[in-house]
Amino acid sequence: MFGKGLIQGLGVTAKNFIESFSKPERMTTVEYPEQKVQVQENYRNFPFLVFDEDPANPRCVACKICEKECPPQCIYIEEVRDEKGKAVRRPAIFDIDYSVCMSCQICVEACPFDAIKMDQVYELSTQDRFEGLLFHKEDILKPNDYFGRIHPTDAKEINLKLREAADKKKKADEAKAKAAAAAAATPKPPTA
Amino acid sequence: MIAPSDTLMPVTPESRAYSVVPRENAAGHQCLEVSLGPQHPSTHGVFRMDVVVDGETVVKLKPVYGYLHRNHEKIAENISFIGSMPFTDRLDYFCSMTNNWAYALAVEKLAEIKVPERAEYIRVIMAELTRLINHTCLVGFLLNDLGAWGTPLLYAFREREKMLDLLEAVSGARLMCNYMRFGGARCDLPQGWVSKASEIVNSYDRFLDEFETLLTGNEILIARTQGVGVMTAAQAINASITGPMLRATGVDYDLRKAAPYGIYDRFSFRIPLGEHGDTYDRYYLRILEMRESIGILKKALAEIPEGPFCADVKIRSFKTKPGEVLSRIEAPKGELGFYLISNGGPSPYRYHVRPPSFINLTLLEDMCLGSKIADVVIILGSIDIVLGEVDR
Repeated sequence: MFGKGLIQGLGVTAKNFIESFSKPERMTTVEYPEQKVQVQENYRNFPFLVFDEDPANPRCVACKICEKECPPQCIYIEEVRDEKGKAVRRPAIFDIDYSVCMSCQICVEACPFDAIKMDQVYELSTQDRFEGLLFHKEDILKPNDYFGRIHPTDAKEINLKLREAADKKKKADEAKAKAAAAAAATPKPPTA
Repeated sequence: MIAPSDTLMPVTPESRAYSVVPRENAAGHQCLEVSLGPQHPSTHGVFRMDVVVDGETVVKLKPVYGYLHRNHEKIAENISFIGSMPFTDRLDYFCSMTNNWAYALAVEKLAEIKVPERAEYIRVIMAELTRLINHTCLVGFLLNDLGAWGTPLLYAFREREKMLDLLEAVSGARLMCNYMRFGGARCDLPQGWVSKASEIVNSYDRFLDEFETLLTGNEILIARTQGVGVMTAAQAINASITGPMLRATGVDYDLRKAAPYGIYDRFSFRIPLGEHGDTYDRYYLRILEMRESIGILKKALAEIPEGPFCADVKIRSFKTKPGEVLSRIEAPKGELGFYLISNGGPSPYRYHVRPPSFINLTLLEDMCLGSKIADVVIILGSIDIVLGEVDR
């Protein structure tokens, strides 16, 4: 019968219309500014810098690997220099242009120090398209606790790894100190 | 051999492409040249068609592209191997997972990396989810082009949303996943993901049934699409058309069967084939392909083994052996190929993408000639192009 498919189709739309008031799988929209969807744990947005205790002493050592690896080249780093002009392993400038960043997470994977991680903030709109989205070191430095809050699974793994590494280093340092002390204690053979 | 200059056609206003178009029809009535696009909503992006119409009938059609050119291939030759992985997401932005896979496959061939078992399963699951997303959306867009404003498209988007949530839970992003890595995937599937995915996949057949009740038997859809934009098998093969476009003409060619990559040889599935090569066949073939994908997904989700999700490949200072490689996979839109030449350095010496959308577009004029201008829009819609991939 001509028109049967059409009527069947209208049946489907009618069913969808009615069920969109009652069935949860058909209710897919939320009224955004008032209601917000919980972001997923793996959700990533833009990178931020992690510090352990002191914001003046972040994990980042300004090695510039992320700057080099970043595909859209949105990271700019300058290291701190002491009075002799020698580089200190700390960033003086760490700028990320969020308007260029494409949230690819390559910097996070390339970082050997777990110093840069992906954030989950998403309400970043601004009226200034140049300076407004250029984030400086002060804006993107966030504590490790914050990272633990947004990515609990990853943070647990990384904290364990870092603690193990720190313990190992401590032990090695202690052994070294002991060896040095022992070396100092033994009298040097007289040089003739 | 180069022809001597005096035998070349002199460049006159008449010899320019624009002037070759017919100005008048046989009865002496004037033809009209219309520029469809580049910001016309039915062109699926920034794509332009120079259409010459005699009344409403198309007498010439010239596709114009390049508005979205981003220099992807040249950029990839100047950054590290892993650096172009996020750029491959932006080729066909509906199917970032398959793009990632095709690129990873090429580099793995070059560097001779063995992919662990679990990673192979993860890849198949992601690729088939992508196929579901792409085909569902395509049907929605096609119906939008036909004039069914909103309803089928929003039903399609509602289902796609559930699968995008799955991709987000795994990779952290809904569209630009950047998930595959050389030797596997970036991270493991999160806790409880497989059961969540199985739930959505198992309920997908029901959605397709509903979608088909809405569309497949609809008299308006049949009247608008059957016999419109017919492509013969010979034409399709000559123009190296691939994917659902080729199979709609009845040619049995699917890379998952013809040259299995990954672990596709372990799955049993059928290749749906069309008969007439018209727009309706192309629409219905995609529905059938989705049903086969569901079968593959169910099996893969049930069988996925435990184990490492990625081979031990370092990200920093990654280098491959010198050589030349071509990888091809059956992306939802057709055969997606990556051609790489490496000289052993940190970035590829030559990087080329064979995008299915771009090559499938070559027969647009042949399909459109003689049809009405309203049909041009749905023929273009049924090709399933994404301009990110056409222009690169």
